Amino acid sequence: MGMMKSLMGWVDARFPATKMWKEHLSEYYAPKNFNFWYFFGSLALLVLVIQIVSGIFLAMFFKPDATLAFASVEYIMRDVEWGWLIRYMHSTGASAFFIVVYLHMFRGLLYGSYKNPRELIWIFGVLIYLVLMGEAFMGYLLPWGQMSFWGAQVIISLASAIPYIGDDLSLWIRGDFVIGDATLNRFFSLHVVALPLVLLGLVVAHILALHEVGSNNPDGVEIKKNKDENGIPVDGIPFHPYYSVKDIAGVVAFLFIFCSVIFFAPEMGGYFLEHANFEPANPLKTPEHIAPVWYFTVYYSILRAVPDKFLGVVAMGIAVLLLFFLPWLDRNPVKSIRYRGIQFKVMLGVFIIAFLMLGWLGTQPVTPLYTWMARIGAVIYFTFFLAMPIYTKMEKNLDVPDRVTMK
Amino acid sequence: MSEGGTDNSRRRFLTAATTVVGAVGAGFVAVPFIKSWNPSARTKAAGAAIEIDISKLDVGQMLTVEWRGKPIYIVKRSDKNLEQLSSMDDRLRDPGSNESVQPDYAKNVYRARSDQKAILVLEGVCTHLGCAPKHRPDVAPADLGSDWVGGFFCPCHGSRFDLAGRVFQGVPAPLNLRVPPYTYLSKTTLLVGDDGGNA
Repeated sequence: MGMMKSLMGWVDARFPATKMWKEHLSEYYAPKNFNFWYFFGSLALLVLVIQIVSGIFLAMFFKPDATLAFASVEYIMRDVEWGWLIRYMHSTGASAFFIVVYLHMFRGLLYGSYKNPRELIWIFGVLIYLVLMGEAFMGYLLPWGQMSFWGAQVIISLASAIPYIGDDLSLWIRGDFVIGDATLNRFFSLHVVALPLVLLGLVVAHILALHEVGSNNPDGVEIKKNKDENGIPVDGIPFHPYYSVKDIAGVVAFLFIFCSVIFFAPEMGGYFLEHANFEPANPLKTPEHIAPVWYFTVYYSILRAVPDKFLGVVAMGIAVLLLFFLPWLDRNPVKSIRYRGIQFKVMLGVFIIAFLMLGWLGTQPVTPLYTWMARIGAVIYFTFFLAMPIYTKMEKNLDVPDRVTMK
Repeated sequence: MSEGGTDNSRRRFLTAATTVVGAVGAGFVAVPFIKSWNPSARTKAAGAAIEIDISKLDVGQMLTVEWRGKPIYIVKRSDKNLEQLSSMDDRLRDPGSNESVQPDYAKNVYRARSDQKAILVLEGVCTHLGCAPKHRPDVAPADLGSDWVGGFFCPCHGSRFDLAGRVFQGVPAPLNLRVPPYTYLSKTTLLVGDDGGNA
């Protein structure tokens, strides 16, 4: 009995270290047929770590004060040793987070990962997505550029569309008659303390729920239904070392792209860091063209497509909230798109096209043609969800195999 | 109550009563945290009225000043502009400013005080989502169409207002631009933010 072993024994009698290691890594059995789409969960975790570490260091130099904020970001960029790299990690990380999360959610759609018994995993995931949107929105105010200011002005004014309490509510959120120092200061606190805490809690809940029911897979087959004499799923392999090593390969590929953006295109042509944001906030002058950062543009398009202020805000809110109901809107018991009927495949394809179109339109100025395109896109978006109980019942499924396949 | 038995209904009542008292306490504790987000005393004090010299403002020009952090537009309109305002009604959403926010003395077709009808004082905050609309006095520009006789155009979501800040139909903004309280200290000195109680 070595020193290490007796030390672990001492710890394990007081804290379930080995038990947790086994439960979540070395004896967590995941289906052996994971494919490309299964990289994005662990990559989201990686980006979360990047954001937390780079964020901690940015907070050491940033000044949450309306008169100092813009200059302190320039100070980080020019005078702090390696400050530019830390800031670009954080700004690129924000966009990377949404790319990874959108792909992760799309995987869920493809393989029905939101269905029984994984409804709660999905709901925790949607909550993570919501908190992430809040985190990104508040973080974007901090550099105190023109787009920070006017973007926040537009989004906080959304609250004023609520009848009766709207004006008081937006005044309360801002803490001033316009976006000002009070707003910047409280957004800083929420961005660096409150929302990250909530986010971490939700991530833990998401993973605990996942490990309770077990992972889905590209075939949508429940591997726990087919266990060997030791109670281990026949089609399962331990997460560590098999998937920890596979995920490292994904990490290498991801970091290759991530670093290319940081070093060669940190602004991404105005999509990751908008050009107007290199001008300090000016409360008297709205920039020619206001567009949110790319990850919000789908919902922004839906907002603009509705010619009524209150109904526009309602449509935008519903567009996000519909995600929560996905497990119950989809009436087809077959999970994976591989064995589902044509209806879902067509609707998902059309939905993705509409989603991308809405995303692009949200970056563009309003013209009559674009407004009509956004309306068509919004109708498709809502039809995909609201008609789902109907068309998913009409599907003619293929035979689902008993065991996972390795294609 | 006997020694060995448990009075469950009494226990339930006590649990419920404790929960309710605890919840009420939590509610009261939440008040200071929620109230701390209201505009502070300093912020409210900074909302004092401002004086503006308008002697150098020519017809067709716009002056932008800051009051409570908001842009305030001061526009001197021509007689022709004022004439055109009366013929807009069928294209406007709220021509009589019945739903919109302005002091009583500005609730007229010019949305201005009767002693200086030509001077328009507006909050430059779009009633849609708070952008600052642009002053576009040019007649029939290519981007706004041939029936444009001057007004305000919001670049964010395309809302249009006439030269009295009244909103056109078919745009996202629901109401006319707000008119702040204002008064004249002399013929050429404007006071924005205070009108001596609707004087």
